[in-house]
Amino acid sequence: MIEINGVCKNYSSSARIGPVNLQIPKGGITALVGPNGAGKSTLLTMAGRLLDPDAGTLTISGHDISRTRSKDLAKIVSILRQENHFVTRLTVRQLVGLGRFPHSGGRINRVDEEAITRAIDFFKLTELEGRYLDQLSGGQRQRAYVAMVLCQETDYILLDEPLNNLDMKHSVQMMKHLRKVADELGRTVVIVLHDINFAAHYADWICAMKDGQIVEFGTPEQILVDETLSRIFDTPVSCMRGPKGPIAVYY
Amino acid sequence: MKAQITARKTDPMPALTTLTRDRGSLFDWKLLLGFIGVSVLLVLSLFTGVFDISGGEAGWEMFNITRVPRTIALVLAGAAMAMSGLVMQLLTQNRFVEPTTTGTTEWAGLGLMTMMIVAPGAELMPRMIGAIGTAFVGTMIFFLFLRRVTLTSSLIVPIVGIMLGAVVGAVTTYLALATNSLQSMGIWFAGSFTTAIRGQYEALWIVAIVAVIVFVTADRFTVAGLGKDVATNVGLDYNRVVLLGTGLIAVATGVVTVVVGNLPFLGLIVPNVVSMVRGDDLRSNLPWVCLLGVAIVTVCDLVGRTIIAPFEIPVSLILGVVGSIVFISILLRSRRYA
Amino acid sequence: MLEVQPGPAITDVPVNRQHTASGAFATDRDRHRCWIVVGALVALGLALAFGLLAWGNPLPFGSPGFWRIAQMRATSLIVIAIVVTCQAVATIAFQSATNNRIITPSIMGFEALYIATQTAAVFFLGVTGVVVLKGVPQFALQLLIMVLFAMLLYGWLLSGKYGNLQVMLLVGIVLGGGLGSVSGFMQRLLTPSEFDVLTARLFGSISKAEVEYLPLALPLCIAAAGLLWVRSRRLNVVAMGRDVTTNLGLNHRREIMIVLFLVSVLMAVSTALIGPMTFLGFLVATLAYQFAGTHDHRFIFPVAVLTGFVTLTGAYFVLKNIFYAQGAVSIIIEAIGGATFLVVLLRKGKL
Repeated sequence: MIEINGVCKNYSSSARIGPVNLQIPKGGITALVGPNGAGKSTLLTMAGRLLDPDAGTLTISGHDISRTRSKDLAKIVSILRQENHFVTRLTVRQLVGLGRFPHSGGRINRVDEEAITRAIDFFKLTELEGRYLDQLSGGQRQRAYVAMVLCQETDYILLDEPLNNLDMKHSVQMMKHLRKVADELGRTVVIVLHDINFAAHYADWICAMKDGQIVEFGTPEQILVDETLSRIFDTPVSCMRGPKGPIAVYY
Repeated sequence: MKAQITARKTDPMPALTTLTRDRGSLFDWKLLLGFIGVSVLLVLSLFTGVFDISGGEAGWEMFNITRVPRTIALVLAGAAMAMSGLVMQLLTQNRFVEPTTTGTTEWAGLGLMTMMIVAPGAELMPRMIGAIGTAFVGTMIFFLFLRRVTLTSSLIVPIVGIMLGAVVGAVTTYLALATNSLQSMGIWFAGSFTTAIRGQYEALWIVAIVAVIVFVTADRFTVAGLGKDVATNVGLDYNRVVLLGTGLIAVATGVVTVVVGNLPFLGLIVPNVVSMVRGDDLRSNLPWVCLLGVAIVTVCDLVGRTIIAPFEIPVSLILGVVGSIVFISILLRSRRYA
Repeated sequence: MLEVQPGPAITDVPVNRQHTASGAFATDRDRHRCWIVVGALVALGLALAFGLLAWGNPLPFGSPGFWRIAQMRATSLIVIAIVVTCQAVATIAFQSATNNRIITPSIMGFEALYIATQTAAVFFLGVTGVVVLKGVPQFALQLLIMVLFAMLLYGWLLSGKYGNLQVMLLVGIVLGGGLGSVSGFMQRLLTPSEFDVLTARLFGSISKAEVEYLPLALPLCIAAAGLLWVRSRRLNVVAMGRDVTTNLGLNHRREIMIVLFLVSVLMAVSTALIGPMTFLGFLVATLAYQFAGTHDHRFIFPVAVLTGFVTLTGAYFVLKNIFYAQGAVSIIIEAIGGATFLVVLLRKGKL
């Protein structure tokens, strides 16, 4: 599991996060939700060691992030952020292949090739694997990046708003893929989501943040309550039982 | 308002010009203090120098031939470059942009060099027109490049602008090398007010017209800086505003480069310092930008005149050193917000 | 209510799987193309090298005089090779480390520093002093100053809480500008003869490079470029940006510092050897990205060095033997390089 103890981060005199205490359970999908500026992305980024906290500790599977070598951490946790810079002449397959770097240092062998193929097939990128990244649409590129992260074969996968540039169909596809990752491959997926309904439908746990603090943690059934969501998002929300589970209506 | 959102989301510092709720009045007592302060500096400038002007007829004549024109030149050039910097920053919504970080002064230098080669005996006016022409072209190229940049509030913009300047500067240097005028080019390109004497500095008055136009049209530049879509949405002819801005910048830079030389970093420091101190109300910042521009140039010139009197250190050297330090401090401060 | 059809089971093998590889080249065709390009470049390079050695050699082929002249020209060839390797490898590594292809390391202040130290030398020591101060120690001193400056700059600006690559770049550039002002001032105070001596050093050309520097320049160049080439796989990852690099387990800051150190060594060697050459590296890098057909630095580096060699020797050959304007080579290269920069700038889709 991921343990976050007393983590703080100060941006400026007005914006700070923490102290945050949280335990993200192993297995399944945990969604981080909350209004803008709540600190969800920052917390995720710190968990993925892309950012150093000002105070507190983060532990993943018993490894203290600040004390473990990044090389070793790369086999335990992988993280993907929103804006990704890509180079020219990189095909989808080569990009996904980069995900094997922590294991093979850039020299791809049979085992790596199989892992790459699995990851590409898993995300239905097979037909696109020979295309250059700049020839893909934003959504396809996003899938390729998530496939790269999957190819790293880490127990924990952290994704920062992966649905951002995806349309309805591809958002659903992505969440279904992630669901399979959690169910069939047994990984733990922690994902920052803007849409509470996606979180409600696909996540096992929802962690809500507001003003830099954790305000709620529980299953979708527990969180999707009128009063709770209205408090978190500062706007009237009514929750009801939809055809496939609880949904929130806030329009 | 996509452009606006982009600018806000990624700009680490508050937006350059948000029109505040209650606009600061244009004239207030602090401005008056500022005026007085600058006037004191100018009087100092009038009375600093090697020649003893208190000695009768010759003294008075010298006063009129060198001191007064020099001081007027300081005022005009300082205001001109500061305003040019401001206009560029408004049009690009990027606080590190100004004629010396976008290649404009190098383009002006190229025009000047070309005119010297093509028409060696030419008077001031044709040389100025050449410089203005190339400065205009150069600034347009820079703005064209800027349209392709999605993240205008990044530091990449001045980096590339400076590289652009380096290309143009290299061309000018090689032209100078070929015509064996490298050292003299270095001399008149380095900004110095030594040559601002009666009969040679009058062209700078053109800059006064530029300043007035900027005062009147500043708001339009702000809107244009938010992007073509935003501007068109409020009924502004984007292209015309950009052309106007470019023209003003080119004229100011061209004139100052020909008459005085290169005044590095002035257009960068002044608007930034003013908005750091006073916030971002454009209307009431304008006179301060002018005043501070004049003040800085005058102080640097005074230092240059007195430190190794009777010899002079050109203003561009002092500005270059001081300007680099100030620019770097601004950059380092901006890191904290990144 | 809509029933969503489940996608094909994971065991189905789609019919149209392209057999593309995960290594440096996506397809065999790309790899063959690259090798052909390398072969062509090597052949062209050898031909031009021989041409520069033998063409227009006034003495009869095979005579001892002939070989002596060829030996002098061979030194120029070595200098060209060194300069090209330094500029090409440094620029590509720099562009990958900064994730920016519209930039060149020369702008980081190396040139300004070189100009400043040279100007100061002439200013304070006079013509005679400078003539006396020659040889390897002077070269080594110049190198040391430039590399120290670079490492101080990088170390200060990349470390700590607020380490920021772009700020570092801009600070380097601005420092260069400040130094330029100081140099400009000193230059105006020089006598015309002193200024001429300075100009000769500032706009050095290949033929004026000092042979005595080579024993130091050559090993440094090979070592630094070699180290960068050996680290190509890491550079491939670094080129993807800070987040991906850290995610994959590399210490981004450490990698960048190492790359920048090696880049500064290469730039220092090239600048101290023949003076500033701002856009050669950029030109060669831009061409190499096109020719190599891959993102992998293991192949881009060699292709770039070969391309640069062919370009520079070709320029020399043409200008010397056809236009009799040997001195104009650096100007022409800079002009073409600068024009390439402008074109890339205006064409590039987004930054």
